[in-house]
Amino acid sequence: MMGIIELKDVCKSFNGLLVHKGINLFIKQGEILSLIGSSGSGKTVLLKEIIGLLRPERGKIFVMGRDVTTLKEKELLEIRRNVGMVFQSSALFDSLTVLENVAYPLKEHLRLSGAEIRERVRERLAMVGLYGIENKMPGELSGGMKKRVALARAIATDPKIILYDEPNTGVDPINARKINEMIVNLRERLGVTSVVVTHDMHSVRAVTDRIAMLYDGKIIAEGSWKDFEESQDPFIREFMRGGAVFAEGG
Amino acid sequence: MKKFLLWLDESAKEIFLSIGAVFFLAIKGLHGIFTRPFNPGLILQEAEDIGTRSLFLVNTVALFSGMVLALQGVYTMKRYGAEFYVGSLVSLTLIRELGPVLTAIMVGGRAGSGMAAEIGSMQVTEQIDAMRALGANPIKKLVTPRMLAAMIVLPLLTVSADIVGIFGGLVIALHELPIDTNFYLNTIWTTITMDDFLSGLGKTVFFGFLIALFGCYYGLYTKGGTMGVGRSTTKAVVTISIAVLISDFFLTKLFLIL
Repeated sequence: MMGIIELKDVCKSFNGLLVHKGINLFIKQGEILSLIGSSGSGKTVLLKEIIGLLRPERGKIFVMGRDVTTLKEKELLEIRRNVGMVFQSSALFDSLTVLENVAYPLKEHLRLSGAEIRERVRERLAMVGLYGIENKMPGELSGGMKKRVALARAIATDPKIILYDEPNTGVDPINARKINEMIVNLRERLGVTSVVVTHDMHSVRAVTDRIAMLYDGKIIAEGSWKDFEESQDPFIREFMRGGAVFAEGG
Repeated sequence: MKKFLLWLDESAKEIFLSIGAVFFLAIKGLHGIFTRPFNPGLILQEAEDIGTRSLFLVNTVALFSGMVLALQGVYTMKRYGAEFYVGSLVSLTLIRELGPVLTAIMVGGRAGSGMAAEIGSMQVTEQIDAMRALGANPIKKLVTPRMLAAMIVLPLLTVSADIVGIFGGLVIALHELPIDTNFYLNTIWTTITMDDFLSGLGKTVFFGFLIALFGCYYGLYTKGGTMGVGRSTTKAVVTISIAVLISDFFLTKLFLIL
């Protein structure tokens, strides 16, 4: 059986430093997978490789059956239409309003009228619990609102996969809970497959079907929350306890 | 010795990679001008930013340059009894050389640094990655409109600078010499040819291209957070100024041959 995302022996280095040393990962359709690991272990890089923003030096990455490592930028458009990404910094366009930000992928990928785009934007903003902020600039929003606008933008084209890069970082506990609920809701309502990079173990417990741990350039463990909780591996135990060494970062 | 050779090897690699990246960006940016979708709205927006907002700066510099040229011209040409032809000197110098170069350096300092800072900030806050992830081509969206706008706006700004500079020369000439406006303008009409005018303007199209190319290049290759944005901005201004002055020599030679 083919997973919706499949990584085979993926290797990637920066300035001679090997970040990924042969990553193998299989993600099923509709699954919510949390990717955890210490700072600088290459979790964000992995998300960017899945969406084709970065290319690994070796290995294959299949997304919906197509090897994104061999696709040209133009061919990646079809994949990107079906893969949304929520960036760690939200990455909203400063010079555009909330409406223009959420409408951005709609204008790039779909041929909709202005009225249809406005309607779709309002609908997506409502899905993430935001109303009446269409004409605000990103600079006028709080961190939590920015994350939710970024999520609305990521789901604008009804993607089949959403990649979340630390969706709860810098967000208060109430907004963090709302974001967690949204991740689960999107799977239940739209059947979206999610890959969540996070250090927030509450979030991992709340949303995850399966956890994968990245360490020293490899996936060293995969399993459910219970499997991780009962693990005897000292590194995993330290991580699950929220050891100070592995506190935060990317 | 081994360390030095390693450093030399790394530096040479970096230089060649940078040259390659600049050429790649230049070709992709120019290619974007001729391929769909065209973005007239973005081009107009950039033209306003590069042009309208540089107008006051460019004209102020041109006014005082024209005045200084006239002052120095009167002083120097008096030795040969040719001071009444200061209009010819001011206009020829401005139209052929100073107008295009000063305008390019001023716009490079203002708009080129702005491009590097804006695109650099987008780079470090993952907005460029987001743009690609959302299905857009950052070169087509960010580089091409700036390139085209700068290539259109620079000649227009230069014409404005030439006119204001010549006016500055007129003010000084009227003050320093017993001549009238008609005489000053007549010396200009009889000196300047269409070739002078076109060679000056021709250069500015290329200068506009260089400003946008280096402004965008340093923005897109920004690394290292806000400090990186600062470094990119400085590098963009320095590179644009040097590139304008070096290319001016070769373009002047080229236009003299043509």
